[in-house]
Amino acid sequence: MIPQDYKYLKSHEWAKIDGDVATVGITDFAVGQLGDIVFLELPKVGAKVNKDSAMCVIESVKAAVDINAPVSGEVMEVNTPLTQDFETLGKDPYGQGWMVKIKIRDAKELSSLLGAAEYKKVTEEEPKH
Amino acid sequence: MPYIANTAEQQEQMLRQIGRSMSELFADIPENLRCKDLDIPPGLTEQEVCSRLAGLAARNKPDMISFLGGGFYDHFIPAAVDAIISRSEFYTAYTPYQPEMSQGVLQAIYEYQSAICRLTEMEAANASLYDGGTALYEAISMALRITGRRRVIVDDSVSPIYRTMIRSYTGNLGIELVETQSRAGLSDRDEIRKHLNDQTAAVAVQNPSFFGCLDDASDIAEMAHKLGALMIVSSYPISLGLAKTPGAMGADIVVGEGQSLGMPVNFGGPYLGFMATRMQHVRKMPGRVAGRTVDGHGRQGFVLTLQAREQHIRREKATSNICTNEGLCALTSLVYLSLLGKQGLMDLARNCAEKASYAGRRLLKIRDVRMRFPKQYFFNEFVLELPVSADRVIRRLLEKGFAAGFPLVRYYPQMEKSLLVAVTEKRTKQEIDLFAHVLEVSI
Amino acid sequence: MKIIFEKSVAGRRGVRPPRQEGCPDPNLPVRLLRENPAELPELSELDVVRHFTELSRRNFGVDNGFYPLGSCTMKYNPKMAERVANLHGFSGLHPLLPQLPTGETLVQGALAVLYHMDHLLREICGMAAFTLQPLAGAHGELTGVMIIAAYHKHKGNRKTTLLIPDSAHGTNPASAAIAGYQVRVIPSDSNGYMDVAALEAALDGSIAGLMLTNPNTVGLFDPNIKRISELVHGVDGLMYYDGANLNPLLGKCRPGDMGFDIVHLNLHKTFATPHGGGGPGAGPVGVCERLTEFLPVSLVEERPDGTFYLNYDRPKSIGYIAPFYGNFGIILRAYAYILALGKEGLIRVAENATLNANYIMEKLKPYFDLPFDRVCKHECVFSAKRQTEHGVHAIDIAKALIDRGFHPPTMYFPMTVPEALMIEPTETESKETLDAFCDAMIEIAKLAKDDPQKITSCPTTTLVGRLDEVRAARQLDLASLK
Repeated sequence: MIPQDYKYLKSHEWAKIDGDVATVGITDFAVGQLGDIVFLELPKVGAKVNKDSAMCVIESVKAAVDINAPVSGEVMEVNTPLTQDFETLGKDPYGQGWMVKIKIRDAKELSSLLGAAEYKKVTEEEPKH
Repeated sequence: MPYIANTAEQQEQMLRQIGRSMSELFADIPENLRCKDLDIPPGLTEQEVCSRLAGLAARNKPDMISFLGGGFYDHFIPAAVDAIISRSEFYTAYTPYQPEMSQGVLQAIYEYQSAICRLTEMEAANASLYDGGTALYEAISMALRITGRRRVIVDDSVSPIYRTMIRSYTGNLGIELVETQSRAGLSDRDEIRKHLNDQTAAVAVQNPSFFGCLDDASDIAEMAHKLGALMIVSSYPISLGLAKTPGAMGADIVVGEGQSLGMPVNFGGPYLGFMATRMQHVRKMPGRVAGRTVDGHGRQGFVLTLQAREQHIRREKATSNICTNEGLCALTSLVYLSLLGKQGLMDLARNCAEKASYAGRRLLKIRDVRMRFPKQYFFNEFVLELPVSADRVIRRLLEKGFAAGFPLVRYYPQMEKSLLVAVTEKRTKQEIDLFAHVLEVSI
Repeated sequence: MKIIFEKSVAGRRGVRPPRQEGCPDPNLPVRLLRENPAELPELSELDVVRHFTELSRRNFGVDNGFYPLGSCTMKYNPKMAERVANLHGFSGLHPLLPQLPTGETLVQGALAVLYHMDHLLREICGMAAFTLQPLAGAHGELTGVMIIAAYHKHKGNRKTTLLIPDSAHGTNPASAAIAGYQVRVIPSDSNGYMDVAALEAALDGSIAGLMLTNPNTVGLFDPNIKRISELVHGVDGLMYYDGANLNPLLGKCRPGDMGFDIVHLNLHKTFATPHGGGGPGAGPVGVCERLTEFLPVSLVEERPDGTFYLNYDRPKSIGYIAPFYGNFGIILRAYAYILALGKEGLIRVAENATLNANYIMEKLKPYFDLPFDRVCKHECVFSAKRQTEHGVHAIDIAKALIDRGFHPPTMYFPMTVPEALMIEPTETESKETLDAFCDAMIEIAKLAKDDPQKITSCPTTTLVGRLDEVRAARQLDLASLK
C-alpha cells in the first residue's frame, strides 16, 4: 500500500518529489488512525512553510492533528475540493487525496526524509488506537 | 458527620470486605508527610452556619439607592428566573459529557448560542466564558491565531478593568498591545488609523463605551478589514434591545459581560462572558460549543461538537485552556431573555435609556454640573462633570444612602471631577429626583 | 422536543418591564439603533417555565442519582450553601462599592468572608497565602503558571519549559502553553507513578517547574513526591499542584508539606459547590511564602482594629486576572461548607472518599482489568480491555450504565490506560448506592461476555440514542438563526 518512490515523515505525511516540487498528503495509516474526518484546513497559496512545522490542520471527531511540511518552501497549489470530500482521502490518500504542492527551497532537506521501508517500520511500532 | 451517609458499622463492614483498616488505606502517604494537626475550628450545625453567614451578610450595605454601573448593572430579575435555575437537574449536573442523559443542558446551550447570535446579529456563539474581561482576552488571542499577527489595538474607552486584565495576560507573550486614547468618550478614529497596519491582528472597541456613549463603529471595522485586521466589539447585552448591533457594524468577534441578563451583581461573580463570531472563524473560537444533530433513528439531539480543538484532546496545542465555563449563568441569561421576549427586551432597553435621559436632564439643572461628553448620545450611563472632586461628592452621598456613581479618576487620572452615573429600570423617577436634590445640596 | 424559538407566537408576552413613567424619549439617531428587533421567543411566562422544566427532566444531576465521574468529584451539593449564597446582603453587593471612597465600610461582611476563606485554605493546604480570584480550575492553573513566570522573571532566570506527566489533565499543558511555556512530557513508570529517572534526565536549567496532580489521575498517591520536589527545586524549578484530586487528602496530607510551591483548588470539586451543568466554578490559588508578592491584585487584609480592606499596592503582582474578587457566590458556598464540616468533618471526607473508592475497586476487580492493583485514594481506574475481546468498549459500558440509571464514570482518560473507566464515588454516597452500582457493572461485564450485542446497543431507555457526532461536526448547526 505504501508507495515505494515517495518520501515520508514520522508524523505520517508523504511527499512525492518531481524536480523542485513536492506534492504532499497524509498516509493511509494516518487516515485510519484519525477515524471519521470532519474538517481539513489547507494553507493559503503563497504561504511559506518550514520542514517539520505545522502548515495546516486535519480534524476528526476524536482528534485534531497538525499536518507538517516535509520540506521547506512556498505553497504553490492546494487541493481545495478535498476540504469538501473526505471520502477521497480514505479511498486514494496517495493520489487524488493530495493536499498541497510545495516549491522546494532547499533540496538538501530531502535526504533526511524517510524511505518507504523506514516509514513502514514507524507504523508498525506505533500503537493503534 | 454532615453529608456522609455510611454509618460507622457500614464503614467497618466495607473495610472488612476490602481487608484493610482505615489507616492502612492511607499507609501510602509517607509518615513524614502526614498531617499532624489541622487548625480548623470544629464543625457547625446547619442552623449555626446560616446564622453566622446571615450575620456577615448584615454587615454589608447592598441597599443604597444605586447609580453605580461601570459595566455591571443592577437590573430587576423576574422570579421565574430563580425558580427555573434552582432546578437541581440543571445545577447539580456536570459538563454534558454523556449526551443521552444531558439533553436538557445541551439543548439549553444550543438555545443560548442562538439567543446570543440573534442579539448580536452574528452567526455562531460558544457555550460561554468566565466573564466579559476574560472573554475579551480570549477574543484577542483568537484574532492572533486567525491572523498570525502580533499587534492588537485596544481603545481606552474599553473598560479599564478589562484592559488591566489583558495587560496581565499578554505581558509575557511578546504581543504588541497598543492602547489608543479615546476622544470625547468614543474611540478616536485618527488614533486608531495611526497605529493600524498590516501587522495588526485586531482592533477592539466597546459599545456603549466605558463612558456610556453610543457609537457606530462600522467605519472602524471597515478600516481594520482593509488591512486584514479583525474587528472585536465588547458589548452590553441589554443595550442591544435598542442599539446598532456589532454584527451590523461588521464585527468579526463579539464579546461581553452577560451579568445584566438575569444575574445579581453578586460582589463580582459568578458572571457570564459571552462570545460570538462569523462561521468562517468558528474553528478558532475557544470554549465549548453545542451542535444539533440526530441519533440512529433520525431523532433530533444535541452534542458538544468541535471538541477536537479543546484542551482535553489537543493539550498544549488547544485553542484555549478553558474547561469549565459558566453553564448555569448561560442558562440564566437564556431564561431571562426568553421571559422578556422580543418586545420585552426592546421595552426594557427603552425604559433604561429614557430614565437615563431623564436623569441626565434633571442633573444638568444643578448649578455648575455639566456633561463631560455633551455631543454624544448615551444609553443608560453618562459622565457628569462636577464642580468639585467626584470622590468628595460620592462620600457625602454614601452617608445619605446613595451610591452616586463611579469616580473615573480611579482609572483616568485627569478625570478628577468626573462621575460615571448609571440608571437601570429599577430606579424610579422619584428616586432620580431625590438623587438630584441630594447631589445639589452636597456640592 | 421543539427548541424554544419554534414555540414562539407572534405578539405573546412574558414578563413585562416596568411601565414608562413619563420620562423623555432620548431621541437616539437612527444610525445608532438596531434595524430589526432581536428575534427572541415570544412566549408567556408559563410557556417558558414549562419549556425549561421539560429540559430539566431531560438532564441528570447528582440529585438524580449516582454520578461517579472520575476526577470531577461529583459529591452532594448541600442545599444550605445555596440558601447562604442567595442572601441579599451578599448577592446584592455591587463589586465597585469598595472602590468608592469609604466604600469598604459597606462591604465588611463580604471582605470578612474572603479573608477567612483565604486563611482556612492556607491551613488546609499548608500554603502561605491564597488568591480567591481565579474563576475556574483551568483559570487557576493559568494564574499559577503566570506566577511561575513572574518568579523566574524577577530572579532573572531564563526558563522555557514546564514538565507535565503523561497522565495529566489536558488543561495542564494548555495552561502552560497559553502562558508562553513549552511543554515536556514525563512518562509514568510501570507502577503508575511518575518515572523519577525520566524526570531526572529531563531536569536542566531550562525547566521552570513541574505541574503535578497527587494523588494522580489513576488515583494513586505518589510516594516519591518529596524526592520529586527536591529534584525540581534543585534546578530552581517550582512545584505546581493541580488540586483536582485534593478530596482524599483533606486533613491527611497537605500540598505545602509535600513541597509544592503553588496550588490551585477546584471549589466545585473538593468543596462541594455545584457544577452548574459546566460552571460556574472557582479555582483559588495558594502559594508558598516566597511567591506571595506575585499574587494577583487585590488581596483582602485586616487592620489592627479588625476591619478589612483591599490591598491594591502590590508592585510585583502579576496584575489583574479577574474583574474583581473571584466568583464570590461560589466562594461563599465553599466557605459555608467548610464551616459546617470543621476539622473532623474534613478528615471524614478524605477517609470516606477513599474507603468508597477502594470498596468499588475491590468489588469490581474480578470483572474488569485493573492496571494498578493497589490501594487507591479517591478514585479507581479500570480498563475495559478484557471486554474489547467481545467487541464491547468503554463507551458501550458507559451507555449500558445509563440504561441502568447511573451516570457513567469518566471514559478514555487518563490516556495512559487504554479503554479507561475512571470511577470516583465521593464520600457522600452510601454503601447501598455503591452496591447497586457494582451490581450493574458486574451484570454488564457478564453480558459483555455472553451477549455483547445487549451492551453495544445501549442506551435504549433514553429519549435519544447515540447521537451522530460526525454529522454534528461536519454539518455544523450551532445556532438557530431565524
